[in-house]
Amino acid sequence: MSTANTAPLSELQSVLHPAGADAAIIHQFSWVLFVGGTIIFVAVMALLALAMRRGMQKDARPVRPMLWIFGGGIVFPVVVLTALLTWSTWRSVELAPQTSHQALTISVTGKMWWWEVRYRDPANGREIVSANEIVIPVGESVYLGLTASDVIHSLWVPALAGKRDMIPGRVTGLNLRADKPGVYRGQCAEYCGEQHARMAFHVIALPRPEFDAWLARQAAPGLAADTQLLQRGRAAFLEQRCQACHTIRGVTDSPENMQQQIADTSRLGPDLTHVGSRRTIGAATLDNHRGTLAGWIADPQAIKPGVFMPPSNDLDGETLRALATYLEHLK
Amino acid sequence: MRNLYCHYERFRRVLRTVALLSCVTLVSACHQNDASTETSRVPGGDPERGRLLTQQYQCAACHFIPNVQGANGDAGPSLEYMGRLSYIAGGIPNQPENMIRFLQNPPAVKPGTLMPALGISDEEARHMAAYMYTLR
Repeated sequence: MSTANTAPLSELQSVLHPAGADAAIIHQFSWVLFVGGTIIFVAVMALLALAMRRGMQKDARPVRPMLWIFGGGIVFPVVVLTALLTWSTWRSVELAPQTSHQALTISVTGKMWWWEVRYRDPANGREIVSANEIVIPVGESVYLGLTASDVIHSLWVPALAGKRDMIPGRVTGLNLRADKPGVYRGQCAEYCGEQHARMAFHVIALPRPEFDAWLARQAAPGLAADTQLLQRGRAAFLEQRCQACHTIRGVTDSPENMQQQIADTSRLGPDLTHVGSRRTIGAATLDNHRGTLAGWIADPQAIKPGVFMPPSNDLDGETLRALATYLEHLK
Repeated sequence: MRNLYCHYERFRRVLRTVALLSCVTLVSACHQNDASTETSRVPGGDPERGRLLTQQYQCAACHFIPNVQGANGDAGPSLEYMGRLSYIAGGIPNQPENMIRFLQNPPAVKPGTLMPALGISDEEARHMAAYMYTLR
C-alpha cells in the first residue's frame, strides 16, 4: 500500500527526475533556463546597485553610455539568444519523432475526469479496454493516440515527455519511451472542470515479458466469482445496474444479460473487467482495495464531488461489502 | 491633537492584548498536541504510528478523521470524537479490546456493517486504536 508520503522517487510526478530520452532533453532545457536566467538577473541587479552607488558619488568617472547601450542592450542579447536558438534547435531535433510508425500504439481518451486506455490484442486484433493506467514495455517507443470525448484535456507525464492536448473530434499523438521500469505519475494539464485536479493516472513501465503477460491477463474476461460472497457481489453489480455505465467482460456481455437487453459494453464509466489489478480508483484519487471501493460506491460525491457516478444509498452493508470484495477480486 | 494621541494609545493597547492572546492560544494548542501523543489508552499502541496507518489504509475514504489526510468521505461516521464515545458501532462498549477487534474484523463484531475487514494485523490495529483514543 502506498501513500504520497512513502512513494518511491520514480512515482513522484517530477520534471526534475527524467526517465526517458525526451524528458532528459526537456530537463536540460529547464536547467539552462533556470541557471542562465538567474545569472543574468543577478548581473543586472549588480549593475543597478553599482549605478546607484556611482550616482551618489560626486567625483565619479563618467560612464560611456554608448558602450552600455550597444554592448549590453544589443550585442549581448543578440549573441545569447542566437546561441540559445541554435542550441535548442539542435537539441530539439533529437526529440523522438511523433509517429506511430514502428511503435506500440495505445489509444487514450480523456473523459471528465478519468482516462480510458485501449490496447490492441496482438493475438486477434481485438480491443482491450482499461482505465487510468497506461502500462508500457520498457525501452520501446510507444505511440499514444489521444482524443477526448467531452472537453479538452491534456496528457502530461513529466518524467517521460512533454504535454499533448486531447481535443474532442480530433486525434493527436504523443510518443513515450521509459528507459527504466517504474511507475510514473501523470495528470491532466488542461483545466477541464470541477475535478480537473483529481484527474491523474500512472504510467507503469514493465520489462517486455512482464508486459506481454500483463496484456494476456487483461485480454481475458473478468475472473469468475467462485465463492458465495463473490457471487453475491456480482449479483449486486447487475441488480444495481452498474452495467449501464461499466463493463465487466464475461459478465455484462454474457448471453443471459444480452437477452435482458442490458447494455453490453457501455463506455460511460471505466471498464471494470480487471479493476482489481489497478493501483488506484477514481483516476488516482484513492488507493484500490475493498475499503476504498466500498466508500467510493457508497458516496463518490463525497470523495470526488461532481463526478458522474451517483451515490448508492439502497445497498445494505453486507451487500456493499460483497460488491466491493467482488470488484477487488477482479484482478 | 491630544484626542488623536489617546486613540493611538488605545489602539496600541488593543493590539498588544490581541498579540498576547494569540500567543497564549498558540502555546496551549501546541501543548494540547503534545499531550495527545504522550499517553495511550492502548498498551503497546503508538498513536502517531496509528495515525499514519489510518492514513495509509485510507480510512478517510469513508470517515472524517482529524489530522488524517484523505477524501473525508461520508459513507461512515465522523471519527472526530471517537476517543470519548461510550459506545462504538452503535452499541459496543468503547473499550480498547473491542476497538481493536472491530478495526480488524468489523462484520464479526457488528454483523451487517458496511465496513469491510482490510486485513489489518493485530499490531497495526493496536496502533490505530491508540490513535482513535486521542480523538476527543
